[in-house]
Amino acid sequence: MADAEPKTNAEDYLRMYRQMVRIRTFEDNANQLYLSAKMPGLTHMYSGEEAIAVGICEALTDEDRITSTHRGHGHCVAKGAEFKEMFCELLGKEEGYCRGKGGSMHIADQSHGNLGANAIVGGSMGIATGSALRAKLQGSDDVTVCFFGDGATAQGLMYEVMNMAALWKLPVIYACENNGYSEYTRTEEIAAGSITARAEAFGIEAHQVDGQDVLAVNALTRRLVERARRGEGPFFMELMTYRYHGHHVGDINREYYRSKDEEKDWKENRDPIIRFRAWLVTEGIASEDEIEAMNAEIVKDAAEAVSYAEAAPYPDASEVDMHVYAD
Amino acid sequence: MSVISYLEAGKRAVREEMQRDPTVWALGEDLGRGGVFGQYKGLIDEFGPERIADTPISEACIMGAAVGAAMTGTRPIVEMRFSDFALCAIDELVNQAAKARFMFGGQMRVPMVVREPTGMWRSSAAQHSQSLESWYTHIPGLVVVAPATPADNLGLLKSAIRNDDPVVYLEHKNLWPLEGEVPEGEHLVPLGEAQIVRTGRDLTLVTWSATRHSCVAAADALEKQGIEAEVIDLRTLWPWDRDRVLASVEKTGRLIVAHEAVAVSGFGAEIAATVAEALHHRLKAPVQRLGAPRIPIAYAPPLEDEARVTEKKIIDAAKALCLPVAAS
Repeated sequence: MADAEPKTNAEDYLRMYRQMVRIRTFEDNANQLYLSAKMPGLTHMYSGEEAIAVGICEALTDEDRITSTHRGHGHCVAKGAEFKEMFCELLGKEEGYCRGKGGSMHIADQSHGNLGANAIVGGSMGIATGSALRAKLQGSDDVTVCFFGDGATAQGLMYEVMNMAALWKLPVIYACENNGYSEYTRTEEIAAGSITARAEAFGIEAHQVDGQDVLAVNALTRRLVERARRGEGPFFMELMTYRYHGHHVGDINREYYRSKDEEKDWKENRDPIIRFRAWLVTEGIASEDEIEAMNAEIVKDAAEAVSYAEAAPYPDASEVDMHVYAD
Repeated sequence: MSVISYLEAGKRAVREEMQRDPTVWALGEDLGRGGVFGQYKGLIDEFGPERIADTPISEACIMGAAVGAAMTGTRPIVEMRFSDFALCAIDELVNQAAKARFMFGGQMRVPMVVREPTGMWRSSAAQHSQSLESWYTHIPGLVVVAPATPADNLGLLKSAIRNDDPVVYLEHKNLWPLEGEVPEGEHLVPLGEAQIVRTGRDLTLVTWSATRHSCVAAADALEKQGIEAEVIDLRTLWPWDRDRVLASVEKTGRLIVAHEAVAVSGFGAEIAATVAEALHHRLKAPVQRLGAPRIPIAYAPPLEDEARVTEKKIIDAAKALCLPVAAS
């Protein structure tokens, strides 16, 4: 693990652990909902990448904004969302964050500054940059984090927004979650040169960080957020990670594009939750028993939220044209 | 009343709304230098470079940034320079701006105005001349406005800026120098309300944008030949003033929809179909559409003119439709 800040706040570390486990548990349940044909649509699992969403969002306040991706459940949980409203959304229920109109790929949680997941690869880059531009225009000190994957580095919009953000010193952090695959294609086959060099070409300070190390991600983000609030942005982070599942939940037989050995290595040797749990125990921040109790509570919370969502009503058909336009 | 140009009217609308509401601001290429047509000239002196923001030539970034800034509490005016260039930003407009409110279950609004100078302008050729309004009327979530006069450009642009949804605002490039009377003081034209430009009993001419003026000229000429045409300028294409159009056709029994855009899948088709569905029993003649042939706009003047819906074409179509009237 990276060097941690002084351990004066064990609560922060335990919350980070808890949030990572909440994401993993959420995804395990979402996957089961899909496999048991209870989910109307499909979904993209964040499992394996938890340290990124948590390390970053723990450095933000509710006033800070994020934009998210099709693989966005982790961002949503990490930014403060509740299981109940999220599962309701996945199942298309009225009590979902988006009243069942968005589903897995379009969860937003405005109350915690999540401006929404986006099913267009790289589609939220303009929105995040605009949110930061608004902050500058209004003299507000909030920061916007734009999550996107390595696949989105192939979109032209990324170069347009980095140029504008750098010209105008916008308080935005571009967070590239490099999980090694652009859908089914290895990143090195679709990305020429270095990813961080793309940002550096615009004069944007760029960092590559181990995305499986929540403390490293959090420490870097806290420094960058602080500087962005002072007008030193924008910044770029490339977070090296791995997605445990396929591109989406239906992508089950993956050996035609990646080996089981590779998946096993990441899951057994580089898992962000296993690593952080071991660190918490070694540092004496939590005992194994306390961690097990925390895990069990999260599993129970998720099960209750799933049951609630399964029983919850769909939106009334009369809602179908609500919110197409402002009232 | 004072007389100002269509271009000046647009500038006055922006100035008045920026004075009234500090969350209104504009971004686009060359705005600090007045904009490519001069429609922002002087505004930077009054409002400064942050509210009249000069951007790189990056339409997708401009549009996307406006969406983010609108979602988080401001009212951006996006300048696209030419409607043709806005196609570089179509994802941000169609997938993001138009859908955010619905797909996020009403959690946010996207109040932004996208100004897209549109239409034929002498010999500007295929990538500076298009009328693409029917692309936008097809997209749920967008409001579409196409003013034809200085007074409407003032009143509709002000209403568009105050609207809480994304508005595609199509100003016709050929109308920039057109002068006309505008009221003194606050002048708002409600969105969704057509204007009956002149009344008539024999034929309804539904139109918008620059073609309004060809329709009015045609109606003047037709009057001398005994045909009284009612001219309706829709002004707002979505939501369009269905009631006013249906009431007029109910009276006249004849309809021509005339617009500059390609006739095939043009917005005229929607109006023609709606009228045919609602009033087929009242129609005295088949509904007619006048629009451009399905060709890109050419550079050479005689070829460019082939795409125009001219006063003569409107007169000919009206006479063909109203033969019994003219003969009586």
